[in-house]
Amino acid sequence: MHELAIAQNIVEIVQESVPRAQIQSVKIVKLKIGKMAGVVTDSLEFCFSAIASGTELQAARLEIEKIPTAGRCKACASDFTIEEYAFACPTCGSINIELVSGTELEVSEIEISEEPVKAI
Amino acid sequence: MSVITIERKVLEKNDEIARQNRSLLERHGIFAINIVSSPGAGKTSLLERTLEELGDTLKISVIEGDVSTDIDAQRVARFNAPVVQIITNGGCHLEAKLVQDAFSKMDLKETRLLIIENVGNLVCPANYDLGEAMKVVILSTTEGDDKPLKYPAMVRNAAILIINKIDLIPYVSCDLSTLRQNALRINPDLKVFELSCTTKVGIKEWCAWLKEKGSERM
Repeated sequence: MHELAIAQNIVEIVQESVPRAQIQSVKIVKLKIGKMAGVVTDSLEFCFSAIASGTELQAARLEIEKIPTAGRCKACASDFTIEEYAFACPTCGSINIELVSGTELEVSEIEISEEPVKAI
Repeated sequence: MSVITIERKVLEKNDEIARQNRSLLERHGIFAINIVSSPGAGKTSLLERTLEELGDTLKISVIEGDVSTDIDAQRVARFNAPVVQIITNGGCHLEAKLVQDAFSKMDLKETRLLIIENVGNLVCPANYDLGEAMKVVILSTTEGDDKPLKYPAMVRNAAILIINKIDLIPYVSCDLSTLRQNALRINPDLKVFELSCTTKVGIKEWCAWLKEKGSERM
């Protein structure tokens, strides 16, 4: 449900980050989204295209890199991927772990075409 | 093709306002909790029991978040606590800016404990920091003991788990110790309260903890 609000935030970040004259040439907006970020990526792509349609960003599409949930054990220092919400160290069994990735929700890169773009 | 590297958090504006909210609350010595749950788990009932128990000894203000109607604010207002209603008009969660706007309608100097009742939803509110000291997640026994596994982000982000409707245990297929274990597997630091807003069992323990938290900043 909140994917629409998130898509709106992404549009704002693109508008703030890309020089005005190049906005229409934005091709790809790259995102990093953690598995625990609670974002439905299909829904986010749909919302983004709905917002961008008919605007200067209508040629842009999202490219989403999904980041696995990963932890580091504070007891034995091993690194591991967390599957099925098993928030425990697979090596020593400790539950004293630190989440090192999986909650990301960020715009990482924007790709801009250098070909001249037709005005809308 | 040229590439601009930006590495910006999508919710950075919300996070910034949440930081402002947090520092404002700290300056006023206010302990703020953000209550989250599915619809019908008992957020408003818990508020009512809490106001009943602590309303005379602690200055409590309430922010009510709802998709529509001010029914919950009316329920809370009967306990003579100042309440600000936020209607999100379809929005599935509260954002820091809505809470910041609500502050202008409140007397922060006359508040020790701020209870924010979020919109009933276990997904979206997990992403939105409001500036609270901690999130309190309510799961009720009627929702089943596997609920924490279905909403791990919320359970991981909360500091307190309240298991409500324990009076209904004989009638529903929910094993309390399984529910507790499932939650602690995701977040071993959770503090757990088991209670019933209907029979009031467990309410005193919850309120005693809350009163201590609300008083230590005075």
